[in-house]
Amino acid sequence: MKNTRVSQLPPSPGGLLNRALHAFSTAGKTYGAEWYILLVGLFIVVFMIFMTAFPWLFTSFNPSDQDAGPQLAAPGGIHLMGTDNLGRDIWARMVWGAQTILGVAFAAALISSLIGIPLGLLSGFVGGPLDRVLSLTMDSVYSFPGLILAIAFAAMMGPGVVNITLAVAVIYIPTYYRLVRGQTISIREELYVEAAQVLGAKRWTILGRYIFPNVIATTVVVFSVNIADAIMTEAALSYIGLGLPAGMPDWGMDLSMGKKFLPSGSWWLITFPGMMIMTLALGFTLLGEGLAEILNPKLLER
Amino acid sequence: MKNLMRYLGMRLLLTIPMLLILLTVVFIVMRVIPGDPVSAMLGDHAPVKFVAEKKHELGLDKPIWEQYIDYLAQLSRFDLGRSMILQEAVTAPILEKLPATIELTLTGLLVALGIGIPLGAWAAKNRRSVGDFTARLYGNIVYCIPFFWMGLILQMIFGVAFDWLPIAGRVGSRVMSSDFDQTGFYLVDTLLKADLKAFTDVAIHLILPALTLGITLSGIFLRLTRANMLDSLKSDFVLAARARGLPEGKVVYGHALGNAFVPVLTMLGLQFAVLLSGAILTETTFSWPGMGRLLLERIYLRDYPTVQGIIVIFALFVSVISLLVDIIHALIDPRVKY
Repeated sequence: MKNTRVSQLPPSPGGLLNRALHAFSTAGKTYGAEWYILLVGLFIVVFMIFMTAFPWLFTSFNPSDQDAGPQLAAPGGIHLMGTDNLGRDIWARMVWGAQTILGVAFAAALISSLIGIPLGLLSGFVGGPLDRVLSLTMDSVYSFPGLILAIAFAAMMGPGVVNITLAVAVIYIPTYYRLVRGQTISIREELYVEAAQVLGAKRWTILGRYIFPNVIATTVVVFSVNIADAIMTEAALSYIGLGLPAGMPDWGMDLSMGKKFLPSGSWWLITFPGMMIMTLALGFTLLGEGLAEILNPKLLER
Repeated sequence: MKNLMRYLGMRLLLTIPMLLILLTVVFIVMRVIPGDPVSAMLGDHAPVKFVAEKKHELGLDKPIWEQYIDYLAQLSRFDLGRSMILQEAVTAPILEKLPATIELTLTGLLVALGIGIPLGAWAAKNRRSVGDFTARLYGNIVYCIPFFWMGLILQMIFGVAFDWLPIAGRVGSRVMSSDFDQTGFYLVDTLLKADLKAFTDVAIHLILPALTLGITLSGIFLRLTRANMLDSLKSDFVLAARARGLPEGKVVYGHALGNAFVPVLTMLGLQFAVLLSGAILTETTFSWPGMGRLLLERIYLRDYPTVQGIIVIFALFVSVISLLVDIIHALIDPRVKY
């Protein structure tokens, strides 16, 4: 048994809960601060996903209802975060806007990983001219300022959910490619891969059964951190006015709207959308960071 | 030194494929997607004959591959061409806006390093203390603050609530624009003219944008410095320095930090792309007349040659920075051989 301490707990009423609690507290002792970082990140992410799935549980206002309240009402009373210049309830816009940003960021990260991971595996495993050409291409995109590329693509393709998702996805393909390629190259030299080769395993079996499972663990961490980056890129594009069709509640767009009312002192118009973007990105960053340190004990020495 | 030169020459040659790849993608995407310079200029209701004439004049009626080869031929003569919309060379607006972006980027970088490196070194020294934890939390939080939001918050506090600092532009209206015709770097220009009043005005305008960029990026440098400091604090030379009885401050901030700085410098080359992205976003928030706004403007006008030119300049900029980092690396670390 690997986890002897947990399994040797004395049986008690509500044993399962006790065991879970015990595992929780020992995890805190084993991993230290990293465990709590992971928990905070997980909490933020789960909360936001829940809000995305059931927005009506969090607000009774319609995010585009211009008669929700008076215009530019300060936070307080029934309008938790106040209202904007059109009289829309800001908290409702935050709740419903989560769908937009989370959806785009998640889809973008998924697309880039689905392209980047296989290419990285192939490139690292096959090597040769294919590897050189792919590496050069990916490194070119990687070293170029990503946002400028995303701006160029988004502006050229015009507004739309699919377009903005693709614009964000393109710039993160090299992130996955470089990581997976590097790992594939080092795992390829491992003894167990050599053993499989000696035993006569086919190339595709080696790639799929021996290399891929070892690569995928780290990509989970990068995926989480990558969503955080994608969130900020999406917000940046829609802040510049490149992202989404008008009428869709979106935090970045709300920020650029609110910017116009900054000189008049309506602080709530820019404070809350930005805080939401930051919190969401922070959730995924902390989750990724916590996972990284716990999945990779070598890093714990730091 | 001779080897270093040969290495640098190779590196410069390697930027050519990078440029080609980026340009090819941008070239194709721009021409495949609906909209072209002629319709952006004349509107949708212009007479067909006139549109065709204009397209012929600009060479847009040729097949894409022919336009592509023409463009590459032109580029190989170090010529970025002329704008398709305005009567100007592509380099004209770029030369005008590039200094603004560089000035912002470099001052932002200074702020980021000024906060990130000392804080990271201090956190590593007090590893696993409350202070370390707080510093790391600070690093994570600022990393997750979008540049434009940081800008808006600073504008709100220092520009609107306290009314201490200007929130838009590079200079106030009272400063003559003829002050800035020498380098385009306003800080340098005003100093060259020894115009202290104008210099202060320019500096005051630079504070908030530079802080925006710097604070947001300080998280990255904090993390990098901390990680490298931890490695370097564990090494033998630190033990040796302590054994010789050097004061702890000198061991940590002299010996250990000095050695941890080299990998931080290397990462700086890679982080420069992030820095430029941040500069573009800061520009939009502070109405800073730089490359970001130029790029957006010209994309909407479908000014193909200028957009391509901007991409070329950005790619060159990034390459030059990473070359510079390599040179500095070779100069400060005698172990580096090329």
